[in-house]
Amino acid sequence: MIRENDTLTPSLNLEALAGQYTAAAQQTSRRVIICAGTGCVAGGALKVRAAFLDQIAKAGLPVVVELKAEDHEVEAGATHVSKSGCQGFCQMGPLVTIEPDGILYTRVKPADAEEIVQVTLIRKQVVDRLLYVDPATNAHCRGTADIPFYVRQRRTVLKQCGRIDPEDVNEYIQQGGYTAARQAFRDMTRAAVCEQITLSGLRGRGGGGFPTGRKWELTRQQPGVKKYVICNGDEGDPGAFMDRSVMEGNPHSVIEGMMIAARAIGADEGYIYVRAEYPLAVQRVRRAVRDAEEAGLLGENLFGTGQSLRLHVMEGAGAFVCGEETALMASVEGKRGMPKPKPPFPAQRGLWGMPTVINNVETLATVPLILRHGPAAFRELGTPKSPGTKTFALTGHVANTGLIEVPFGVTLRQIVLEIGGGVIDDQGQVTGECFKAVQIGGPSGGCLTEEHLDLPLDFDSLQGVGAMIGSGGLVVMNRQTCMVQVARFFMQFTQNESCGKCVLCREGTKQMLALLDDIIEGRADESTLTLLSQVAQTVRKGSLCGLGKTAPNPVLSTLRHFRAEVDAHVYQKRCPASGCKALARPEILAELCKGCTVCTKKCPVGAIQGERKQPHRIDATKCIKCGACAPACRFHAIVGV
Amino acid sequence: MDPKSTLTIDRMVVPINGERNLLDLARRVGIDIPTFCYHSQLSIYGACRLCLVEVEGRGVVASCSTPPEAGMVVRTHSEEIRQMRRIALELILANHEQTCPTCSKSATCELQRLTRRLGVEKVRFKPTHKPQPVDRSSPSLVRDPNKCILCGDCVRACEEIQGVGAIDFAYRGAAACVVPAFGKDLNQVECVNCGLCASVCPTGALTPKWEIETVWKDIENPQKKVVAQIAPAVRVALGEAFGMEPGSIETGRIVAALKALGFDQVYDTSFAADLTVVEEAEEFLDRKGKGERLPQFTSCCPGWVKFAEQFCPDMLSHLSSCRSPQQMFGSLAKQILPAQLGVAAADLVVVSIMPCTAKKYEAKLPKFRQEGRPDVDHVLTTQELAHMIEEAGLRFTELEPQSLDMPLGFKTGAGVIFGASGGVTEAVLRYAVEKVRGQRLEAVDFHELRGEDGVREVSVEANGATLKLAVVHGLKNAATLVERIRQGKAQYDLVEVMACPGGCIGGAGQPVSRDAEAKRLRGKGLYAADKMMQLHKSQDNHLVAECYVRHLGGEPGSSTAHRLLHTKYQNRKRIHGESLTVLESGPSQKLVVSVCVGTSCFVRGSQTLLKGLVEYVEAKDLEDAVEVQATFCYERCDRGPTVRVGQHVQEHCTLDMACQLIERELEQAANTSG
Repeated sequence: MIRENDTLTPSLNLEALAGQYTAAAQQTSRRVIICAGTGCVAGGALKVRAAFLDQIAKAGLPVVVELKAEDHEVEAGATHVSKSGCQGFCQMGPLVTIEPDGILYTRVKPADAEEIVQVTLIRKQVVDRLLYVDPATNAHCRGTADIPFYVRQRRTVLKQCGRIDPEDVNEYIQQGGYTAARQAFRDMTRAAVCEQITLSGLRGRGGGGFPTGRKWELTRQQPGVKKYVICNGDEGDPGAFMDRSVMEGNPHSVIEGMMIAARAIGADEGYIYVRAEYPLAVQRVRRAVRDAEEAGLLGENLFGTGQSLRLHVMEGAGAFVCGEETALMASVEGKRGMPKPKPPFPAQRGLWGMPTVINNVETLATVPLILRHGPAAFRELGTPKSPGTKTFALTGHVANTGLIEVPFGVTLRQIVLEIGGGVIDDQGQVTGECFKAVQIGGPSGGCLTEEHLDLPLDFDSLQGVGAMIGSGGLVVMNRQTCMVQVARFFMQFTQNESCGKCVLCREGTKQMLALLDDIIEGRADESTLTLLSQVAQTVRKGSLCGLGKTAPNPVLSTLRHFRAEVDAHVYQKRCPASGCKALARPEILAELCKGCTVCTKKCPVGAIQGERKQPHRIDATKCIKCGACAPACRFHAIVGV
Repeated sequence: MDPKSTLTIDRMVVPINGERNLLDLARRVGIDIPTFCYHSQLSIYGACRLCLVEVEGRGVVASCSTPPEAGMVVRTHSEEIRQMRRIALELILANHEQTCPTCSKSATCELQRLTRRLGVEKVRFKPTHKPQPVDRSSPSLVRDPNKCILCGDCVRACEEIQGVGAIDFAYRGAAACVVPAFGKDLNQVECVNCGLCASVCPTGALTPKWEIETVWKDIENPQKKVVAQIAPAVRVALGEAFGMEPGSIETGRIVAALKALGFDQVYDTSFAADLTVVEEAEEFLDRKGKGERLPQFTSCCPGWVKFAEQFCPDMLSHLSSCRSPQQMFGSLAKQILPAQLGVAAADLVVVSIMPCTAKKYEAKLPKFRQEGRPDVDHVLTTQELAHMIEEAGLRFTELEPQSLDMPLGFKTGAGVIFGASGGVTEAVLRYAVEKVRGQRLEAVDFHELRGEDGVREVSVEANGATLKLAVVHGLKNAATLVERIRQGKAQYDLVEVMACPGGCIGGAGQPVSRDAEAKRLRGKGLYAADKMMQLHKSQDNHLVAECYVRHLGGEPGSSTAHRLLHTKYQNRKRIHGESLTVLESGPSQKLVVSVCVGTSCFVRGSQTLLKGLVEYVEAKDLEDAVEVQATFCYERCDRGPTVRVGQHVQEHCTLDMACQLIERELEQAANTSG
């Protein structure tokens, strides 16, 4: 919608809209923010929301579910019930935040709504039993300001994610949204936009860490009137959900980032390629694009400059490889999603042969913050070569799992022990000594060990130890984890997800998987390791695309950091972490066995024999290594399972 | 040398002459970097990873996709590179059917050659190959997925050069394979049988379909008289299979070899080519005179004809109605040879020796049969003939040349140059220009028609009239040209189309050659053969003239000539098989509505029509009564969109018409049941 005849100049529109929204918001007394990220929704957050609306109505309180900026008739003192994107602490979901009290209720069930309404909204007290309890101190934490998981983070990109209503463009505007895009279009030259991003030192958050400013500048300099900007939202690493959270929680920040990128390179068309397995993200991004267009922020004559930008939202084709930029562009063009050799780079010949900038979701969501606060402010966080913050999906054997954001340069120790709350054993108990490794960067990444606990994490330090930031998956593993099995897990993933184009990735991952199986199943010898190492190096150096080149990383990293564990499998046919069934050699320690015969009854194949009150024996030819006997023995006489 | 335009490769400082990549540059300076998936005429694919080289400061890169830059220091065979190439080959071999000695590609397999060349002594990986069924459905080609290394050469050749796209990749990762659409057999899809896929395939995954055994059987049968016709392009290529130079003219030795193999008579397809020239030129002059159905497209190439039947049904009336020389020869031979050779018609066996795989398809078309017998019984490719000669133990190079049998072995140079792109047009011009001018044509060479460009346009003046001609090879070029003609952007009188790059000399049945120069030399050989003949114009072939008098109704275009030498074309489905149900209805008796979504109907808006119908059926709540299907072709492409409602087939259908038909049918059904 073109607003040439609008009495307000475009520059005033945003502020006016923000002011109206603020005025409306000030009419309300309280805000109940129900996390509607995928994790909490799966935990029943939408039912919780319905229960809240129901209970508030029953209590006779005035309520508002959508603040309309132009609507001045919000009843004074009303409760504003809103949905937010992911608040991060997924493990404790569904999460409910009460503002301005700063209360965070965890694991809220629909049945709890009544109590919260009565106790917190009406009597202004706290429901203690729904607060998070710090396992280290057993203290009840009132809100994010007291919860160690949040305290140690620096949420900038995710700051609004989990607070604002992702489906309300006005709230984004109220938070200063779209002013950076306006600045870029109205007050800055293309070169100046590129320069600001270059000065900030922003590097691509999708895995490679390529300087974003340089990528834009290269594309800007390309001749041609038709250029494209693409947002890569095809997040596919197992366990990673940072981009999903941003798209679900603050989609307008991504759109604003794309507008700035489009301005920088001179693109008038763009695609947001969202993983199809993220239906909520698809829906919210679609709605955000529509809302921005209806608000006159996107489309024709942007900010009265005569420039335009059309954004299309496209669902991914369901393949991991479509996250690779050349494959992604092929997929947008309607072709089979397979990578192409580079050069030519997308900056030279990208989508439909035109110069194209393709950036990751998190990178684009960071861009408006840089323009709004300046490159210097951005550089205040992080390290000189990796400025800013990075989001991670923290999972695995760690007390607190969820979505976190930390400045580059923090150590693994801070993430795992302080934010993550420590490593847990297989029984779920936090124990001091059971840290074994962290797998970082998903199937393209590698392992970090105890010796790296104090390594400041950034793009370059990780590369130095054979790992990578990747897209930001962080899987913590305890000592009961077999590292060969971990390598196999990721290799199975890349093997399944290889597009099948280049020989080294297609056949190499298959053979690496077979060689790992040889190790796990006790068939390996020295030549297995030599061949595994050779093929891994060949795939790493010779594959066509980035996914192929990084596919062997889990194997190489295991060989590098856990060689002794691998050797134990190969030479002693023993799995130190007792994770490989084929290598298990269950036996009954005669000195502990009381001959109670419980184990003989548990054994499904009759492999345990022995006289009553005499030590029993396991017949190795019959034993299927199912492990049913060991837990049944009250005297802990069965070992090696 | 100017250091700004040189680079160092294997310690040699060499100039950069605008090569598009390091691999081409290396080839130019005499370094043969191994590759499966790089072909200079196809797009860069970068999948086989054998052409890896080391560039100082950059590490390992694929030379096929790295443009040369001044100052680069390149090593093409460092220890690391050699090891990586071996690993890549071992990986391929671990997933390859190990039946090499019995593979028809055994002697010319690039995978075997590189395995030996790069010193792979053992495959250390576990065999991962899982047997898959072999597709022998096509009359021209055998597709054996067990031997496919997924280099994608065939896929790109079919798409980029022929514009057909009959095969493509399907599935992902380890399951990836090259298949025709919907996993159908090759004979059920739009494959035009040109065999370009087979000629670029480095292994035995796509090969010409051999008919050697059936030919041996007929030769062995004492009742049968087996005669051969040799296509022009065969004589300049067969020698390559026996170590001779490409382009050396071996007609005499081929006759000797065929006789030694047991053929009773050996004739020349060029005789029939002379006949084709006469018929086609007369047809052309007639159309030109009337100004109708121009441009006239040539019809000698069966790959092009099938392509036109599938993709250009609107142009079928423009195709010359002349049969190809192979089929003219066949019908004429079956007509006159039984009497001449004293054999029962049923016992005469015509075998053609062709450079082409599509000729196998053409010979099996039902329209080219008389009294239940095919005009051409078997088609052997040049490769197959070479194989028979080898099997029989004939030392080809030592054979004494023999002469062809008469009368069907007599030809002019015009009938010989048919084998090269531009040759048919030149031959027709030698006839047409002389006839239009009404005086003897002395300068018979039209050099401007020769060459290698994919599209060549020439104007020739004759008696004040200008003839505008175009010569294309590669079906994608043809499709582009047809589109320009449709849009009125180009106007011609005569268009020659050959499917294979270079024309028949580059046919897929020719000896396997990785030397781009070979094709050029074969072409040179054909023009040299023309030069060596006394006669260069088909109208000067007195045996053709005699043939008209005795067997073909006296003159070109007679009704007998039409019956024996001309044919008709048909719209042809691209995909065979069932329809796809778009909107399913309940189990009760339902009205089936099928909308054709084939190319011709699609461009006429059938997709929108289909969508509209689905919306109509849904809006009217007719889901239980009406089933909407998308179907592929009613072979009424020029009258689309075609929609079938119940038993009624509606041409030029609109949404309104379709809806009315549905209403009418439903009403009738209600009345009958009521």
